[in-house]
Amino acid sequence: MRALLSILWKDLLLEIRTKETVTPVLVFALLVVVIFDFALEPRRDLIVTVAPGVLWASITFAGVLGLSRTFTLEQERGGLQGLMLAPIGREVIYLGKFLSSFIFMLAVEAAILPVFSAIFNLPFFLPQVWVQAILATLGYAAVGTVFAAMSLNTRARDIMLPVLFFPIVVPVLMAAVEGTSAALRGESWSGALRWIQLTAAFDIIFTVLGAMTFGLVLKE
Amino acid sequence: MLSYLIVLGGALMVANLFLSLVWSPPDVNLTEGVRIFYFHAPVAWVSFLAFFIVFVASILYLTRKEQRWDLLANASAEIGVLFATLMLISGSLFARIAWNVWWTWDPRLTTALILWFIYVGYLMLRAYAPQGAQGARYAAVLGIIGFVDVPIVYFSVRLRTLHPRPIGTGGAEADTFNLASPEMVITLVLSVLTFTLLFAALLWLRYRMKEVEEATERIRRDYA
Repeated sequence: MRALLSILWKDLLLEIRTKETVTPVLVFALLVVVIFDFALEPRRDLIVTVAPGVLWASITFAGVLGLSRTFTLEQERGGLQGLMLAPIGREVIYLGKFLSSFIFMLAVEAAILPVFSAIFNLPFFLPQVWVQAILATLGYAAVGTVFAAMSLNTRARDIMLPVLFFPIVVPVLMAAVEGTSAALRGESWSGALRWIQLTAAFDIIFTVLGAMTFGLVLKE
Repeated sequence: MLSYLIVLGGALMVANLFLSLVWSPPDVNLTEGVRIFYFHAPVAWVSFLAFFIVFVASILYLTRKEQRWDLLANASAEIGVLFATLMLISGSLFARIAWNVWWTWDPRLTTALILWFIYVGYLMLRAYAPQGAQGARYAAVLGIIGFVDVPIVYFSVRLRTLHPRPIGTGGAEADTFNLASPEMVITLVLSVLTFTLLFAALLWLRYRMKEVEEATERIRRDYA
């Protein structure tokens, strides 16, 4: 547990000092939102219907970018070597990286949501949306951490990570979009509940699978 | 053994073509179009079987560390992607006749497409990952994660299609046709059997080819 916290603390401290992950990812996510806004400009009337999709597409694209950073930073500075030499289980490293990715992505989402609400003039500050966002981000981080470690030693890694990541997280994306739509339509919790359950099930399955397989991916 | 399999499979394939294209009667609604089904269903079955084998072989490779499981997973994934591609193409033709559209986002179709993407990604990972044991482990991990994901994808799309469907694109339930006559059932059973044999023969060949590739690679390393 202490090892887990120190990995998390190390990543957070590094991020607070350098801001090398959250800042570029946030700018990228905002750009995607703006590009969608330009692309949809001719059909203003459709915005309410497509806004949840736009939001989650932006978060997904930005997320994959952020995930690819989690391990390249480690590799560039030899940090991964140190982590692997440390007398801790590989699943602890996994959970540490998983949590730090989760926090970075959540920070980006927290910054995007108000901007998004303003640009599209929609009330995104709903508790259902937040619960959905937290669960979906957990799922992204659970799958993404394994694939990011995998693509580290793979040729064409910039393409390989999204190619592996997107098909697997389709259920999470779908649930997030549907849950957000239900909330925007003013439905109560019951409308979003089945999507929340689905995402929670996904999170549990893939966090366990991730912790089990991560050591095999990392092994030299 | 393999040559028997190929001869038997070849003979069955000829019989299967006759049964599915000539002998079996046309459907009441789909008329002659129903014949696509005798190709589509077995091809879909084989691709799922192939990916299931990838899943099992991946687990065995990670637990036992024997290279043959890695070769088997690799061979099965290649053939699985081939059959999944045929499944999507033949399914699209069948959908055009049955539902009057080339494509609809029904749970089964969507799952099939995502399945295809996952295993195309698997083959790409095979090509780009580091050679040797590390790349094999990467592939095995994806072989497990990918297979576990498929039912979740199916379930999530089904949850979504509780919404009303657009007219004309129909759901699977609405347009299910019945294999009305015993001839149709016999034809379907035979074609599933035939394509399973074809898959077994292809898998065997591809597996042996991989073994030979590995052996030549070892020899080359020894002499280098």
